Order: sequence, then structure tokens, then C-alpha cells
Amino acid sequence: MTSTLDPRRKRSAVVRPGDRVFSGLSTSAGVLILLVLAGVAAFLTIEGIPGITASPDEVKSGQSFLPYVWPLVFGTLLAAIIALIIAVPIAIGVALFISHYSPRRLGQILGYLVDLLAAVPSVVYGLWGIQFLAPNLAPSYKWLEENLGFIPFFAGPAASGGRTILTVSIVLAVMILPIMTAICREIFLQTPRLHEEAALALGATRWEMARMAIFPYARSGIVSAAMLGLGRALGETLAVAMVLSVGVGSTVTANLISNDNPNTIAANIALIFPEASGKTVNALIASGLVLFVITFLVNFAARAIVDRRKEFSGAN
Amino acid sequence: MTTLTTKDSGTPGPLDVRQELYGAQLPSWAGKAVLGGGVAIGLVLYLLGTNLMLAALVVFVISLALPVWSVTVEGSRKATDRLVTVLVTSSFVLAMFPLVSILATVITNGTRVLSAEFFTFSMRNVVGEGGGIYHAIIGTLLITGGAAVISIPIGLFAAIYLVEYSEGNRLSRWIRFLVDVMTGIPSIVAGLFAYALFVLFFGEGVRLGIGGSVALSVLMIPVVVRSTEEMLKLVPNELREASYALGVPKWRTVSKVVLPTALAGIVTGITLAVARVIGETAPLLIIAGLTDSVNFNLFDGRMATLPVFTYSSVRSPGIPPEFSIDRAWGAALTLLVIVMLLNLIARLVSYFFSPKGER
Repeated sequence: MTSTLDPRRKRSAVVRPGDRVFSGLSTSAGVLILLVLAGVAAFLTIEGIPGITASPDEVKSGQSFLPYVWPLVFGTLLAAIIALIIAVPIAIGVALFISHYSPRRLGQILGYLVDLLAAVPSVVYGLWGIQFLAPNLAPSYKWLEENLGFIPFFAGPAASGGRTILTVSIVLAVMILPIMTAICREIFLQTPRLHEEAALALGATRWEMARMAIFPYARSGIVSAAMLGLGRALGETLAVAMVLSVGVGSTVTANLISNDNPNTIAANIALIFPEASGKTVNALIASGLVLFVITFLVNFAARAIVDRRKEFSGAN
Repeated sequence: MTTLTTKDSGTPGPLDVRQELYGAQLPSWAGKAVLGGGVAIGLVLYLLGTNLMLAALVVFVISLALPVWSVTVEGSRKATDRLVTVLVTSSFVLAMFPLVSILATVITNGTRVLSAEFFTFSMRNVVGEGGGIYHAIIGTLLITGGAAVISIPIGLFAAIYLVEYSEGNRLSRWIRFLVDVMTGIPSIVAGLFAYALFVLFFGEGVRLGIGGSVALSVLMIPVVVRSTEEMLKLVPNELREASYALGVPKWRTVSKVVLPTALAGIVTGITLAVARVIGETAPLLIIAGLTDSVNFNLFDGRMATLPVFTYSSVRSPGIPPEFSIDRAWGAALTLLVIVMLLNLIARLVSYFFSPKGER
């Protein structure tokens, strides 16, 4: 008897080769992901530094790096922030509609419909923006210039083709709507049922319930959804590259409806890279590094907020 | 409660209980009436030739009559509530507008060029009319396939590490957090990364199909990891414990019990990840470039893809531009159909094959 017990005890301590291989494979896959992320930063830096240090006559733009990249950073931030201003209220509205206003059974289907917007490839958005949205918006830019021209944003002259930074921002707003809606919806649905019912029992209307129970609970979630949307809008390339009519030279202007627009980092890379050579390529990669750093910080902050919320929310 | 409701629904007595308890209320048909009236007027305006956006705006303005009516009858609190209901509902309608508009324009413009020739010819030696997107379809399938071959094993094993092996240590927390951050990497940065990587080996101006695959997998891996991780977490612990109790080693447990149980969800997640990257343009523009001929070799030279083909057909249409723009719409429609099919397949897989029972 004892002789049969002994090997069994021994066997339980044996680490099988299959186990070792499997855990090694999966651990290295996890580490590999970290290496890829580090690699993105490292390779962009290696290839980007010659672009940052390049003298003005070595690159196509004829400018040194900082004056070259500043208008692009400005354009990127401008387009993304306007997109955010447009998209945040709509995303909250849509999420609230799906989670609390629409009939329960419809909610999921309506959610799928919004998710479909996320499935549309960006090049299709670009095509739609340039061929459909821009011509259709052009008359309203004319109207804005004539009636609200005293506001610097609408100083004009209005672009007859409608390919302005405002059009770009609207396209971007549509593109970031799905991810923001999805996050807001999830968080609205997580609001403790008791809070909602308590508010309603005290005689609150549905809107007062939303204001008193849902929004305080979801505030950090909304903030992080907005920041994730911002990250998407900052990095969007093709829709901007196709729709935007870029000004000559480096424009920094608050005018939203003219033909003379600041370009964004990503769109600038897409436009120039295919025909670029020499130090120009390095300068473009360096501008990509700037974009990477900006989006990384925005995403990092957004995810940090989401994670902190996970720990502190007493609901789960 | 019951006495109140009976009184409520019965003939109103000398003392109207409902009135006293609730205050004045709009009739229950008020909302439908205002909305119906608004839609009717908007439709008439649209049929008379008004711009669609303007007609929609008219409907919106008319539906604002509901809160105005409410403030005169019900007081400001309920009026605010009705106003918010109108705003929330119209924000949803507003969000649906671009979806419908995109689908409508792509389908109407795209179906014009569809023909057998369009799908079986490349653009080699084509000027003006004719030609097709065969080379772009091949390129898209090969590059996306390459990306899937790279990302699926890495993503799967990383998710297995996170769920089965890490036991919540610090490394796994960092991986999880950075994978989330990685989902936000701009696609063009992924393309630049692939270029910066391959330029070290192949020299300046490198354009390779496999580079496109590498760039796309940077975008695809985080999606695969997250969705697979979610699915593995859903596998009940009892299954693992039952397997261990039978003396099955851990790796056999994972590969024979855990993975098959979660398979439907994993397939759904991977399909959605493929659908996400198949439409990416920016990285392929950087590293895969564009060509007019068919190229079956991922490791040699430029490769055309549907998104890049669409982009460049609009960007540099040639003279006359109509044919090229038409081809762009056709390619966009093809791409959209592929993406929508992938999404549909993913939903169907999760609907039909996911394990049912607990709920």
C-alpha cells in the first residue's frame, strides 16, 4: 500500500513539461505586449531624433522642428476639442435615452445601432464628409459669416466647398460618439437601482432622478469617456486628411469656417509621408512621436480615472 | 392604494381624487399628438422640396411645443422633465442621422460601378474608365490575414496569462492597464512604428505588405486581449476545479476545458477585432503603399488595399475625375459590406454558440 502512495505523492509535485511550456508561452506573450508598447516609443524616438535636430534646409517644409510642429499641434487640439464639445452632450443624451428612456427591450437593439457607427471605416467617413457633408454644410457657413461674422470663430470668408475645420470636427464628433456612448451607457446602467427608486419615491421627475441619482454616480465615468473620445479624435487621420482644406504655410487661427485651416499632425503625416524622403521622413516621424505622447497621456489619465472609480465605487 | 385606483378609474366623484393627488396633467395623448403633428408637418415640408436637415429641424422645434404646453398646465418641474425627454430623444435621432446618411450615400453611389469586371480586374494599365479592385481585395485579405496570424496567438496567450497564471500580481495589473492604454494608440502612429522598425532592416522608403500586418497587429492585439480576457473570466471556476480533481494538469485544463467553454465568445471578440482593423487606412498608407497590380507576396514590395485605394482614388483622381471617384465609392461599399458582414457573423456566433443555461 505504502509503495503505491509514495509515487502518487511524488507525482503531485512534478511540474509537467506541458505546464512549463504553456505558462512560459503565456507569460512571454504578456511581456511581449509591454515590449511592443515600449518598442513603439523607442523606434519612433530613434527615427524621430534626426528629424528634430534637422536644420531647416534639410526638410521639405523649410522650417526647424518646433515652428513646424506647433501649428499642427494647435490644429490637432482645436479640431479634437470642438469635436468633443459637440459630441459630449449628444453622447450623454444618447446613452441616457438607451439606458433609461427607451423601452427596455429596444435598448439593446438601439445600442447595436450606435455601435454600427463605430464599425464604419474612417475612409468611408472621409468620403462621406467630403462628398456629402461638406457641400451640404457650405450654405450654413455662408449664413454664419453674414450673421455672426463679428465673432472671431465665424469671421470668414466662408469656404464655398465647406471643407473647413468645423466640418472636420463634426465628422470627428460622429466618429467618437459610439465609444463615448458605450461607456456612458454602461455606467448609467450600473447606477444602483435603490438610489433611482429612492429619488422617484420622493416624488422626483425622471429628469430630477437622473440629476440626483445617475449623474453624481456617473461623473467620473463621463469624464473618462470624454477623454477616451478626445484620444480618438486627436489620432484620427484619414477623415481629416480627406475633408480638410489646408491653409498655405503654417496657419494658427481661431477662424473655423474659412478655407485657410491649420492641419492636424496625423493628417499632415498622411498627406506628406507617401512622397517624402530624407530628413522630411524623420521630421514626420518626430511629429508622430509628439502625437503619440499626447494621446498616450490623455488615454493614461482616462484609464487611471476609470480604474480608480472601480476601486471606490461601493455599488459592486 | 386599491381604493384610490378604483376611484381614479371610476366616474369622478364630487371630489376629484386624481386632481388632488397629482395636480393638473396633460392628457396622455399629448406627447404622441405633438410628435405626430411635428412629423407630419416635417414630412410635408420635405415632400415640398425643403432640405432634409431643415425639415428635421422643424420637427424638433415643433416638438418643443410639448414642454411649453406643459409649463402652462403642469408647472415648471414637469415641463423641465418633458423638455429633457424631448432633448434626449432627439439626441438619439440626431446620432442616427449620420448612420443612415452614410449607408444611403455609400449604397446609392457604390452600386453604380459594381460589375463582374470591377471585382476581377486590377488597375494595371487602366486610365479613365474600367478597371477594378481585385488587387486591393487581395491585398486587404492578405494583410489582414497576416495581422490576424500575428495577433491571435499573442492576444490569446496574453489573456490566458492574465486570467489563469498571473494570480493578480503587479505585472498583470500593468499589462492590463497598458493594454487599455494601447487601445487608444492612433492608427497612424502604429504605421509609423512599423515603418521605423522595417527601415532599420530594409533601408529608406521601405514598403512591405508584412509591415502593414505588423502595424495592424499593434492595433489588434489589445482588442483581442481584452475581449478574450472577459470571456475567460466568465468560465465558472467549478469547471476548472472539476478538471483538477480528475488529476488533469493545468495546461490540459486550460486548453481542453476553459478555452472550449469560452470559444464562442473568443471567436466573437476576434471577429470584431478583425472588423476593426480591416478598415484601417492610415498605417497601410504609410507602410504598405499602393500599387496598380496584383501582389500576392506579403514580403515583397507595395501592396494595394481597399481603404488606401479608396483614399487615393479621391485624393488624386486623374482626369476626368468621375471614373476614379466612382471606383472609390465602389471600393468603399465593398469595404463597408465586408465590415458589416464580419460584425453580423460575430453577433450570430455569440448568439447561437455561446453556452446558455445559468441565466
